[in-house]
Amino acid sequence: MEQSFNPYLPELATVIKIIDETPNIKTYQVIFNDPEKMKSFSFEPGQVGQLYVFGVGEATFVINSPPTRMDYLQFSVMKAGEVTSAIHELREGDQIGIRAPLGNSFPYEGMKGKKILFIGGGIGLAPLRTLILFMLDNRADYSDITIIYGARTPLDLCYKYELTEWETRPDVDLILTVDNEYPGWDKRIGFVPTVLNEVAPSPDNTVAITCGPPIMIKFVLQNLAKLNFKDDHVITTLEARMKCGIGICGRCNIGSKYICKDGPVFSLDQLKESGAEI
Amino acid sequence: MAETGFLPKDKIEGFLEAISKDNVLFTPVLEGDVVIFRPFKAGNSLYLDRPANNSPKSVIYPQSDILFSYEYKKDIDDPKKVSVDIETHMDYPKTVIFGCRPCDAIGFNIYDRVFIESNGPDIYYQGRRDKTTIITLSCPTPYAGCFCTALGGSPAGKEGTDLLMTELEKGFLLEPVSEKGKAILKTAGVEEGDQYLEEAQKKQQQAHNAVNKPFPSISHTEISRKRFDLDEFWQQAVSKCISCGACTFLCPTCYCFNFTDEQTLEKGERIRSWDACMFYHFTLETSGHNPRPTRFQRYKNRVGHKFLFYPEKYNGVIACSGCGRCIRYCPVSVDISKIVSQLRSPE
Repeated sequence: MEQSFNPYLPELATVIKIIDETPNIKTYQVIFNDPEKMKSFSFEPGQVGQLYVFGVGEATFVINSPPTRMDYLQFSVMKAGEVTSAIHELREGDQIGIRAPLGNSFPYEGMKGKKILFIGGGIGLAPLRTLILFMLDNRADYSDITIIYGARTPLDLCYKYELTEWETRPDVDLILTVDNEYPGWDKRIGFVPTVLNEVAPSPDNTVAITCGPPIMIKFVLQNLAKLNFKDDHVITTLEARMKCGIGICGRCNIGSKYICKDGPVFSLDQLKESGAEI
Repeated sequence: MAETGFLPKDKIEGFLEAISKDNVLFTPVLEGDVVIFRPFKAGNSLYLDRPANNSPKSVIYPQSDILFSYEYKKDIDDPKKVSVDIETHMDYPKTVIFGCRPCDAIGFNIYDRVFIESNGPDIYYQGRRDKTTIITLSCPTPYAGCFCTALGGSPAGKEGTDLLMTELEKGFLLEPVSEKGKAILKTAGVEEGDQYLEEAQKKQQQAHNAVNKPFPSISHTEISRKRFDLDEFWQQAVSKCISCGACTFLCPTCYCFNFTDEQTLEKGERIRSWDACMFYHFTLETSGHNPRPTRFQRYKNRVGHKFLFYPEKYNGVIACSGCGRCIRYCPVSVDISKIVSQLRSPE
C-alpha cells in the first residue's frame, strides 16, 4: 500500500537561485533533492506544478523553464496572497515541496511549420516563456516567431535579460510596450490589445498564443477575431483557485472540464464550447 | 452452503458483538433527536427506525483526514542545512458499517469512480474502502423527501453494498452481494435464510412501489441545457438558498475537499477536509475574482455536477442517490427534486 503512487505527496526540492524580476515578481530555480527524480522527471511546455511551502500551503504555477533545459525547474511568482507571500520570503537553500507535472500542455506538434504569434502581459509571459524557449531550442520546426509583450511600466517587464537577447535575434520579432510614457523608454507606448491592432499580424498559417491579466486576454481575443484569426488557432491558458491539481476537489471546473487537469491550456473554440466566461 | 442468511432479532446484539471483535464497527444510534453512526459498544442502543441524519460516508471518507505529517529541521550549527521528513499513516483497521441504507451505499460507488477508477487510486480512500464491509438495511418504507426510484435506485438496491439485510417479522434476511458480504454470513447467530427469500422479495417490492417519484426517470440527456444555462431559472429556483452548505455536508455523493496546513514549531500536518461548493470562498481567487460569486451560480454548479458533469464523465451515471437529506434538512426548504423535475420538463 505504502509504495503506491500518492498524488498528494509533494516531492522535496531545494531553491537554488532566486531572481528579482519586478518589484513584486520573483523567479525561483529549484531542483529535486532526489537526483534520480531530477533525472527521470519529464514534462511538456505549459504544464504546471503545485509549490508547497511547509506549514503555509500550496499554489499553482506554470513550469516556465522549457523541457529542453532540465538543469532546474523554474517558477515565477507574483506576491499576491498568503502562499505567494510565503514563497517571497524563501531564501536560496530553503526546502519546498513540489507536485508536478500537472495539467495539459501547449499543442506544439500541431504548430510545426506555422507562424507563431505570442501575446503576453505582465506575469503572463511565464507560460509563454516555456514555449518560446522550447521553440527556440527547436527553431527549425517553426516559421516566423513574433512576440508582443507589455507591462504597466518597464520595471514590470519579466525576464528583461532574455528580452534583450530575443530583441537581437534575427529569427525572433519582439515588440515591447508599456502602458504609459516612462523616463528612458523609447519603445512602444500603449496597452497590449491596442499594440496588437497596430502590428496587425496576418492570420494566415498563424497560431496565436496569449496569456496575461483577464482584462487583457478579453480584448486580445476580441482583436484577434477582428484580425480574422480562427478560434481553433487561438490558444490561451486559464487560472482558477486550485487545491488538488488532479481534477477532484471541485473548485476549478468550467462545466465538466477541470482547469487543473483538462487545462490549463485551451483553444478558443474549446472555451466557447465549455461555456467559460471570456 | 445456503446463498443467504437469516438473523433472528434476538441474535442481533450477539452478532454485532462478534463482528466488533475483529472489526471497528459503526452502527446508527439515537442521540437526542439525531440518528448518527457511532463506533459500536456493547449495550449501545441500535437505532434502525429511520435513516441516519448523515450517511456513514465519513467512515471511508473522513470529514478531516491527515494526508501526511512532517518534521522540518534546521541544523543549529548551520541554519542553511535543512532537512524534511515526510510521513504518511495508512494502517487502516478492518471496519464494518452496519445499518447503511441503499442510497448511502450507492454513494460509495459514486466516490469509487472519482477516487479509484478515473484518477489513479487515492490511496487514503481506497485503503479504507478495501478494509470496509458495508452491511445495508433495505428501507421498509420511504422517508420524508426521498426519491431513489426516480434515479434508478431502489429501497433494496445493492450497489455499493456487501450484504443487504431486509427486515422480516422474526428477523433479517441477509443477502450477500460480494465476497466480503459472504464472509459475514459465517458470523455467530446467522442461520440459513433461503426459505425467507420470497417473503423478503415481496417486502422489497412493496417498499419500491411506495417511494415517491417526482419525475418518472432521469438521464443527463433529458436535462434541458437551454434552461440549465438560463440565469433567471436559477435565480428564481433557489432565491431562498442561504449558502449554508448543509446539503453538501449531508450528501452521500458530495466529495469536494480542501487542504489546510497546520504547523507548530518544527512539526506539521497537511489535512484534507470536506469542503462545500456552496461557500463563497470555495472559488474565490487571490485577485478578488470569483467565478461563482452568487448563491444561484453555486447551486447551479452543484446540480450541474450531479446531473450533467458527472454523468458526462462517467457513462451517464447520475451523482445523486435520491436520499432526500438535502430536502429534509434544508433550513429554507430548497427541493432539488423539484428543480430537477423542472429542468427535465419540455422546453
